Amino acid sequence: MTMAIELKDNIKRRNRNNGSFRYLIIAGAVVTVIPIFLIVSNLAAKGYRQINAAFFTQPAPDTFQAMMAASSGEVIPGGIANGLTGSLLMVLAASLLAIPLGLMTGIYLYENRTKRYAGIIRSITEILQGVPSIILGIIAYLWVVKNITRGYSAMAGSVALTIMMLPLIIRSTEETMMMIPVTIREAAFALGVPYYKMIFKILIPVSFSGLATGVLLALSRILGETAPLMLTALGSPAVSFDITKPVSAVPLLIWDFYNDPNMVDLVWSASLFLMVFVLSMNLLSRSIASKRKYI
Amino acid sequence: MNGDKVTKALLFVSSLIILLLSAGIVFSLAGGAIPVFKEYGLRFIISTAWNPTSGSEEYGALPFIAGTVITSILALVLCIPMAFSTSLFISEYYKGTRTAGILRSLVDLLAGIPSIVYGFWGFYALRPLLIRIGLTDQGFGVFTAGLVLAIMIVPYATSLSTEIISMVPAELREAAYSLGATHREVIFNVVIPSARSGIVASFILALGRALGETMAVTMLIGNANVIPKGLFAPGNTMASVIANQFGEADGLKMSALIAIGLLLFVITALVNAAGKMIIKRFA
Amino acid sequence: MSDTQNSEPVIKIQNLFIAYEPGRYAVNDVTADIKRNSITAIMGPSGCGKSTLLRALNRMHELYPNIETKGEILLDGQSIFPMSVIELRRKVGMVFQRPNPFPNMTIYENVVAGFNLNGIRLKKSQRDEIVENALRNVTLWDEVKEFLYRKGTFLSGGQQQRLCVARAIAFNPEVLLLDEPTSALDPIATSKIEDLLVELKKQYTIVLVTHNMSQAARISDDSMFMYLGELVETGRTDTLFTNPKDARTEAYLTGKFG
Repeated sequence: MTMAIELKDNIKRRNRNNGSFRYLIIAGAVVTVIPIFLIVSNLAAKGYRQINAAFFTQPAPDTFQAMMAASSGEVIPGGIANGLTGSLLMVLAASLLAIPLGLMTGIYLYENRTKRYAGIIRSITEILQGVPSIILGIIAYLWVVKNITRGYSAMAGSVALTIMMLPLIIRSTEETMMMIPVTIREAAFALGVPYYKMIFKILIPVSFSGLATGVLLALSRILGETAPLMLTALGSPAVSFDITKPVSAVPLLIWDFYNDPNMVDLVWSASLFLMVFVLSMNLLSRSIASKRKYI
Repeated sequence: MNGDKVTKALLFVSSLIILLLSAGIVFSLAGGAIPVFKEYGLRFIISTAWNPTSGSEEYGALPFIAGTVITSILALVLCIPMAFSTSLFISEYYKGTRTAGILRSLVDLLAGIPSIVYGFWGFYALRPLLIRIGLTDQGFGVFTAGLVLAIMIVPYATSLSTEIISMVPAELREAAYSLGATHREVIFNVVIPSARSGIVASFILALGRALGETMAVTMLIGNANVIPKGLFAPGNTMASVIANQFGEADGLKMSALIAIGLLLFVITALVNAAGKMIIKRFA
Repeated sequence: MSDTQNSEPVIKIQNLFIAYEPGRYAVNDVTADIKRNSITAIMGPSGCGKSTLLRALNRMHELYPNIETKGEILLDGQSIFPMSVIELRRKVGMVFQRPNPFPNMTIYENVVAGFNLNGIRLKKSQRDEIVENALRNVTLWDEVKEFLYRKGTFLSGGQQQRLCVARAIAFNPEVLLLDEPTSALDPIATSKIEDLLVELKKQYTIVLVTHNMSQAARISDDSMFMYLGELVETGRTDTLFTNPKDARTEAYLTGKFG
């Protein structure tokens, strides 16, 4: 029968196609991960030189100091202390605003899941999450730089970062809470526990590791952000904790250094540091997530 | 009981704040953009002029829209084979193995690297490589930016595709095997058609990410305020021009930049909404 | 009841061992014959290895990466292991526990899915003929002939399962394997499938895994009882049920364990 003949002929071809496709897929996967090895090794190789005690404790050098050091092959003096303190200041301020607000909104969405209003808020949160960070920089500029601090400031930077953190925290809060077994809530209500107590003493502690993971991920996201800070915090050579004045941040320093050819070594080191820090936070949040007891 | 009411009210108020925040964002963007639209009308969107010299100021958004769209689509095209192979590797060929787990973690790491680090690495490591291969003269341009952008969006495209592909029921695969199909035939005839909308949605969402990327693109695209003339020619994107020129801008120029921001906001929101809608209809 | 089989058994299983992990045998030294144009039922409690044994017959068990197989299975005198697995599955078709028509294909395309997947090109007239024959053979033709170009998901469970049988027999295999084909169906659909199988045995050899003893008693000619991977007893169904030789068989049949 002709069908049998056709089948015999094409089995070899089909098996060959099967095998070669598999190799193609493996090759594609390998190509995909090559960049990460390249990036990490490049950064490590070129960036380790500048990593020393001064790197963490001293503010950024000016371009002359860097030029002198570069021409004599020495390690550039100074470090990224002003960036570190600036980042710390703004991230702290942003967390203070975003975490409680995000938590409460997330809990609201969880508690009122079926209402149409909650659906609207959820959609808005999703849209907010997709807004490019530079646009949030524009917003923080219009709201804070122009109207509140009349000039670039750490506060403006914090506002931009806050808006960036909010959707992430709201979503992770709602999702974490949805994984709490319904029976725990019911037990609490059956015991006559008042609403706010149930939230603080039961809902939040039970889902704590999930919430912590969400916060850590949001933090790791904003630590690496540069664009919005360019329009708000601007940068400053000094270590400062004044929230109404311009302030530096680690990514901003990288951008400043990048524009100055004398500072090349410092850029590698600063980038190495930033990458390692952000990736560690990622790994930390993932290890917390995997150790979760209930959820 | 009173405590309950207060708590519920507090929660509601925080949701209200989100609402007000978003409304505020839209209003501020729109308000800031009005001057430039009043001056040029909708011509602003299709004009290619960009002359900030006072006295003969003229602004148009087209070069930046073109730059954004071209770079992002190029990034998507370059990303698709990589993301696709990785997804199939993880969820089909090596499903459940430790290798797949390692691959997954490695790809996730790609998502954790800050944009500025990508831009910087692209500048100091990738650019010389591309110049050496002879693909481009000085390395700045749509292609370099698109390539780095592709690497950046791979994790987003991969993670969602992988999930969707794993959700294809085992019984459909078994039915195909029992009829004599090879693994490749099962993938093309059963797995991919079943997962098709999910895969498309994941690529659309990756595109949404690419549209808004700022730093890496700024550092690699060449910052030429014209529509890119070729694949390796320099250009500029909406996000980059804002990042570069906002600092010293005021008056009409600032309004132009804000208007560009508004356009970027709208385009990104639409693309993301399209992706999400496809997923909702699929799942 | 007296279908005298004077031809060779279609399938000979000889000392078959199958292990998912080293040392733990899901199928432990099974030797049996499957007679042509008959319905052979494989029964036993959960985990006894009946599904594994069934799947070995068309080498579907190989989908598990670490599986270890020893022993022999002969189809028409030829060992199935060195054979191309694609050829084997042309001769031995399978129907699964949960109906699984391809949701992205129409009813028509589902029936000829075997041909399409194998890259066999047919003229439209050939395909039309195959579809009509297969659907008639499973008594589905009249119910779906006006909906051939719609996707099969609107069909009831029983109809979907009959569609899956049609898909499997479109190839004209020698043997049809069914893995608990009615456990997800209601009683009416179940009896329709059972009637169908009795009809089909005239053209095909049928091997049926079932956890439903009464189903085995109703429609099978021969039965195999498995327990913990071993083939405890095998023989003509009526003899096995009325006069089991092994104490374990008797215990199972009288419901002492399930």
